[in-house]
Amino acid sequence: MLRSPYITNAPSVTVIMLKVLLALLPGIAAYVWVYGGGVLVTLMLASITALVSEAIMLKLRDRPIMPFLMDGSALVTAWLLALALPPLAPWWLVVVGTLFAIVVAKQLYGGLGYNPFNPAMIGYAVLLISFPVIMTHWPAPLALAEAKLGFMDQVNFIFNAGLPAGVHIDAISMATPLDYLKTQLILHHTVQDITQAPVFGVLGAKHGELVPAAYLLGGLYLVQQRIINWQLPTAFLGALALMAGAFYLADATHFSSPAFHLMSGASMLCAFFIITDPVSGPTTPRGKLVFAAGVGILTYLIRVYGGYPDGVAFAIIFFNICVPLIDIYTQPRVFGHEK
Amino acid sequence: MNAILNLGKLFKFNGGVHPPEHKQVSTLHPISVLPVPLRLVLPLRQHVGSIPKVLVEVGQHVLKGQLLAEAEGNISAAIHAPTSGVIAAIKDELIPHPSGLPDKCITLESDGKDEWVAHAATDWRTSDPLALVASLRQSGIVGLGGAAFPSHIKLRPDGKSEIRTLVINAAECEPYITCDDMLMREHADEIVHGIEVAQYILGAEECLVGIEDNKPQAAEAMRIACANSTANIRVVVVPTLYPSGDARRLIHLLTGLEVPSDKRSTQVGIQCFNVATVLAMYRYFEFGEPALSRIVTVTGNVARPGNFQVLFGTPFTTLLEAAGGALADTNDYIMGGPMMGFSLPSREVSVTKAANCIIAGAPKLFPAPPPALPCIRCARCADACPVSLQPQELYWFSKSSNLEKAREYHLSDCIECGCCTYVCPSNIPLVQYYRYAKSEIIAQDRAKEAADIARERNEFRLMRIEREKQERAQRNAQKAAGAQAAKPEAANAEADTEAAAAKKAAIAAAMERAKAQKAEVAPQNVEVLKPAVEAEIAAIDARRAEALQQVATAEPVTPAQEQDH
Repeated sequence: MLRSPYITNAPSVTVIMLKVLLALLPGIAAYVWVYGGGVLVTLMLASITALVSEAIMLKLRDRPIMPFLMDGSALVTAWLLALALPPLAPWWLVVVGTLFAIVVAKQLYGGLGYNPFNPAMIGYAVLLISFPVIMTHWPAPLALAEAKLGFMDQVNFIFNAGLPAGVHIDAISMATPLDYLKTQLILHHTVQDITQAPVFGVLGAKHGELVPAAYLLGGLYLVQQRIINWQLPTAFLGALALMAGAFYLADATHFSSPAFHLMSGASMLCAFFIITDPVSGPTTPRGKLVFAAGVGILTYLIRVYGGYPDGVAFAIIFFNICVPLIDIYTQPRVFGHEK
Repeated sequence: MNAILNLGKLFKFNGGVHPPEHKQVSTLHPISVLPVPLRLVLPLRQHVGSIPKVLVEVGQHVLKGQLLAEAEGNISAAIHAPTSGVIAAIKDELIPHPSGLPDKCITLESDGKDEWVAHAATDWRTSDPLALVASLRQSGIVGLGGAAFPSHIKLRPDGKSEIRTLVINAAECEPYITCDDMLMREHADEIVHGIEVAQYILGAEECLVGIEDNKPQAAEAMRIACANSTANIRVVVVPTLYPSGDARRLIHLLTGLEVPSDKRSTQVGIQCFNVATVLAMYRYFEFGEPALSRIVTVTGNVARPGNFQVLFGTPFTTLLEAAGGALADTNDYIMGGPMMGFSLPSREVSVTKAANCIIAGAPKLFPAPPPALPCIRCARCADACPVSLQPQELYWFSKSSNLEKAREYHLSDCIECGCCTYVCPSNIPLVQYYRYAKSEIIAQDRAKEAADIARERNEFRLMRIEREKQERAQRNAQKAAGAQAAKPEAANAEADTEAAAAKKAAIAAAMERAKAQKAEVAPQNVEVLKPAVEAEIAAIDARRAEALQQVATAEPVTPAQEQDH
């Protein structure tokens, strides 16, 4: 009987997903440090919603529940979405976004391995379009906020939108650097003037820079573990930096520096955790470069010329559509064949 | 050539994997020679190609080395008596083949004398290479690396290409297998003589011996043996990476040449032989010994793993006993390596020319893979594929029986090495899907070929019927003309020529119609055809070309004809 090979040696899907979750831990720790423990509640909410909705959908679709729940992919989607949301987002926003990501973007398309779009980014985009005000309302880093919320205050805010007596919403929130930059540029201020505002740090957001740095750390771990290919983050960050660099060199008063773009918004999260989703990305080596560079360029263009402060989610969804085409046109040369 | 220019440089191929080797255990003891068993069962189908013609009868006494079955047809190999004795049976028995189906075997009962038939050495150094190749046809020697392709075919000049480089495959990249390793350690000098034989017959100016770096002792023995030879032989140690032992991968590794997918290596001036095969050729010429035995690795779940020199036809049970017997939890017997081997249908089969290794399997050695999950498109399989295929795409096409797409993505180039399955995090048995799709493609091609032949025949038949009709009409016309003999001579002659002209025109028109139809039939898959079919196709092609020329000046193709393809 022909059933070779008899031996295999691959990390299981579960191990791959768990390593991705592990690699997110430094980023989460930085998040807690900068914005407080509220993000842990958001993560918890997203995780529970993802697992429960995934189980219900698997049941409805008559699929084995435990093997698919244990693969860890629902948790990865939940965590990525939770980390993309504003840290003190109301509970129902987290639940709605996660439900949409798991039920519609993942399970209705056929579950693990069949979703053409990145579920977390679909969930994010739906929330951004439906609730733009809440989605662009970020709390200030604790170190900058006029009023500091404790952990229980944050929980109270997430579930009841309640603030301690005497604290106004403006005291805890502020625009993100990308957002602030965008609105100020419209008012004809120069980048140099704008970045003097307290929200800006050395590279990106003041204090907030710690978070992308932690994502970078986790991402490098994934590259070292061969969970993700180096091509994707390199091409994405490279393209983003090149675009930003070209515009910055041409007109430094209206365009911010490449370093700012790399360390702001969802750049680092995207580079190592979002464009690296294998299911909705291309599979060929050259295709990966095209895909990641495309997302990088489009992200920049949306940030600078689009209607939203950050462009990662839309750029990824757009290039998810292009994946089959990218794969077809980037097929590698087969051994013994002319191109 | 390139190989000479790029001394010492290696040319990597894509991917490959590093499975645990498990080679050490079977190399602890020297090769032991197994005693002649009482009963030998020799399958006629031990090689690639047509089965040989049996020359002996039941009850006949034969001597060791006597020809039992001679090579018949173009690609075939002879079978000799491994010892002296009596032919006990010629009937269907289980053979070590993945199909698990019984096939015709010659059973030989040993008389215990091990008495040789008259055999003589050949002075190969002074013989005509063509005569040597002709002689090899009766040697029974086939590729001993596991492929079992008759060796004389590979040495025969094809009149088109010149062989510059002989590549000796000593990579032995599959885990567990150590028969070539041990052979090189113990018989390096004879192997080098074998290389000299092959090099002489091929007229190859250089020889490269590729050995994986996990066999330092074998490589050293080969180096020393090569130093004693005047031939241009170079031992090249290649990194241990499965599947470096695949001929096309090894050729690329050593020479940088990629054998084109639709060509043989000889067409780029390279021929490749396994170490054990060249040694067998040397022994055949130097001592007149045909292929009677081989080295088999017996390992895995056995008490004393090792290598054994065994006569062909020896029962596997005897071999297992020699290795101390299989341990209690043994549940499977694998012939070949764990990456590309197959499970034997039973222990009650015998050693064939292709049997390089027997692994006793147990759940602890080869656990059943966990249930498969959906493909997550991680492309680890593509990273591991030594042919640079896109296994994840081929998986979809094979699973959905989208054979056209599978062809387009070069499924036929898949060597079934198993690297993709080895690295799949979703535990998908990818190679199984490819085997299925490949067999479907072959079946589809055969059906198409059969349909085409049937159509050709039908067209001939229609043409013949029309011609006969015309001839009948003409005969009737002549008869009628004879009956009217009284009529004026001139008118009669005129009618005759008119009838002849009409007949010719009708035949020509009928033939043209048939040819025009044929000209629109797409060319068929012309690989791996029997010579008779090839000749037939060639004849058809000639007619087709002729018809095309006629049609080109005639009317355009009608939609009805276009539907043909």
